[in-house]
Amino acid sequence: MTTDLRPVPPPTEPSLQPEAKVLERQSFSPAGSRRRVGPAMVLRWLLLLVFSLAFAYPLVWLVSASLKPKSQVFDNKLVPETVQWSNFLEVWNAGPVLRWLLNSGMVSLMAALAVTFSSAFVAFGFAYFRFRLRGPLFGLVLATMMLPGAVTMIPVYLIWHQVGLVDTQVPLWAGNLFGSAFYIFLMRQFFLGIPRELFEAARIDGCSHFGLFRRIALPLCRPALIIVFIFELQASWSDLLKPLIYLQTEEYFTMPRGLKQIVDGFALSGEYHWEIAMAATLVATLPMIIVFAFGQRYFMEGLATTAKQG
Amino acid sequence: MASRGLLQRREARSAYLFIAPWIIGFVVFTAGPMVASLWLSFTDYSLVDPAHSVGTANYQQLLDDPRVAKSLANTFVYAALFVPLGTVVALALAMLLQKVGRASGFFRTVFYLPVMTPAVAAGAMFLLLLNGQRGLVNQVLGWFGINGPDWTTDPAWLKPSLAVVSLWTVGGSIIIYLAALNNVPRQLYEAALLDGAGPVRRFVSVTLPMISGALFFTIITHTIAAMQMFDQAYTMFYGPQQKATASDESLVYMVYLFQNAFEFFKMGFASAMAWLLFVIILVITVIQVRVGNRFVYYEGGSTR
Repeated sequence: MTTDLRPVPPPTEPSLQPEAKVLERQSFSPAGSRRRVGPAMVLRWLLLLVFSLAFAYPLVWLVSASLKPKSQVFDNKLVPETVQWSNFLEVWNAGPVLRWLLNSGMVSLMAALAVTFSSAFVAFGFAYFRFRLRGPLFGLVLATMMLPGAVTMIPVYLIWHQVGLVDTQVPLWAGNLFGSAFYIFLMRQFFLGIPRELFEAARIDGCSHFGLFRRIALPLCRPALIIVFIFELQASWSDLLKPLIYLQTEEYFTMPRGLKQIVDGFALSGEYHWEIAMAATLVATLPMIIVFAFGQRYFMEGLATTAKQG
Repeated sequence: MASRGLLQRREARSAYLFIAPWIIGFVVFTAGPMVASLWLSFTDYSLVDPAHSVGTANYQQLLDDPRVAKSLANTFVYAALFVPLGTVVALALAMLLQKVGRASGFFRTVFYLPVMTPAVAAGAMFLLLLNGQRGLVNQVLGWFGINGPDWTTDPAWLKPSLAVVSLWTVGGSIIIYLAALNNVPRQLYEAALLDGAGPVRRFVSVTLPMISGALFFTIITHTIAAMQMFDQAYTMFYGPQQKATASDESLVYMVYLFQNAFEFFKMGFASAMAWLLFVIILVITVIQVRVGNRFVYYEGGSTR
């Protein structure tokens, strides 16, 4: 892994040559500012619509399936013949669902908050200061990204076992208090984009190092903080492996862990009540859809930044 | 001079203060556990009894246990299905999106929504959608006269169905590729057009090299993630009530590792499995980086 990962300078826009301008006016524009409506365009739209249907329809189908009675759940009709709201009541009775939702909310909030601030803190250390071991240590940060979680999974479990925190939610987020390699990398890129003169001016005005971080770096990189927060929120909400390892008591389950139990009990065995499993699936998914509705911009920005760092 | 040295020392002290959380975390949750894991892999630790050294028996068992090889093969097949298909589909959709101007915002939302679905939820949904007799997927295939397989029960189709679920959540790559495509300087296309390059030529000679960094990044991260796939496979095919019926064809490496560690409590053997996985991922990544460096165009690099 290389250690020199300064942000790529923005590509300088070479001025358009006259020929190029003429060409652009003619018809060719890959970014699509002027478009002709031709067969190619129609085909493009058709393909896009077909694919969006493939991506979106399962979620629409899920809403519909969660409202159907047992006999109709396999009929694949978009609008249920009979709407059976009681499926959700069955989910309610199948387990402490509200607890699971609250647990998931708490865990993912703690995980996201912890990783955002610890990663930003550490990233500032790697971005602002020049010290002897910076190169090798940052290389080590990046190297840990390649380490599969499986290698540390068992000893880390034994640590939590030793301190008596197995079957609590602490192990699900506490590891995030120490920063996470990818987010440290991402935040560092943002901090490196801040003009150094800003920090130097503040230093002259008597600002402490922590002040630089708290009053300049953090406020200027608010979008980056939100990006890290929202990505970790989603990742933590989705996780099944850690809750499977650490949680045994039903009341402590996260929503995905609880959903797995409902799917196992209702859909993969017993009376095969798929409609109840689907209602529970919807309950587990909906909060993330709401998060996406509010934070869409940051998901898109975060991914676009990743593209540039690649 | 002396005061400069003091200043530097103070800077260094602050620097280490800032990175201290990571160093502590690295020692406690990464380096320490790595050493412990290596040690465990030479023992028969089972959580109940104290660990006894068993020499290289666990590593010998990696070779002897047919399910290790089976789960590894399953994981490779899944990765070989998902990574190339996911890359091609995501790139194709990103290129389509690039050409529809403002409407791309709507499509981006649609393509990204499945990513928000928790893996357990996606797995549960697709168990139904991929149902052999009455699932929606086979119904749609039927409209085109295709007799769909028993995705979730036919042993030969278990890995393809895992890949289908993963393909559904490929939205992140679409957004990454779209951003990369939009970063390609337009002048390059114009120059290529002037030189008489057709669409295929423009794609191969301009688009691909210019987005190779993003492609490279997603292929490596997707491969690493695919080798560690767990949530979907476990949701769809494993669980307390299913052990007897589960076909070994859906046994991916992480599921088998998890079972050994936390269901059979063979923590020593599971640790050996983890190290094998680490070595395999390391080898794959090194190969990918080697091959990639030959093709990837880095902005500001010496190429051009």
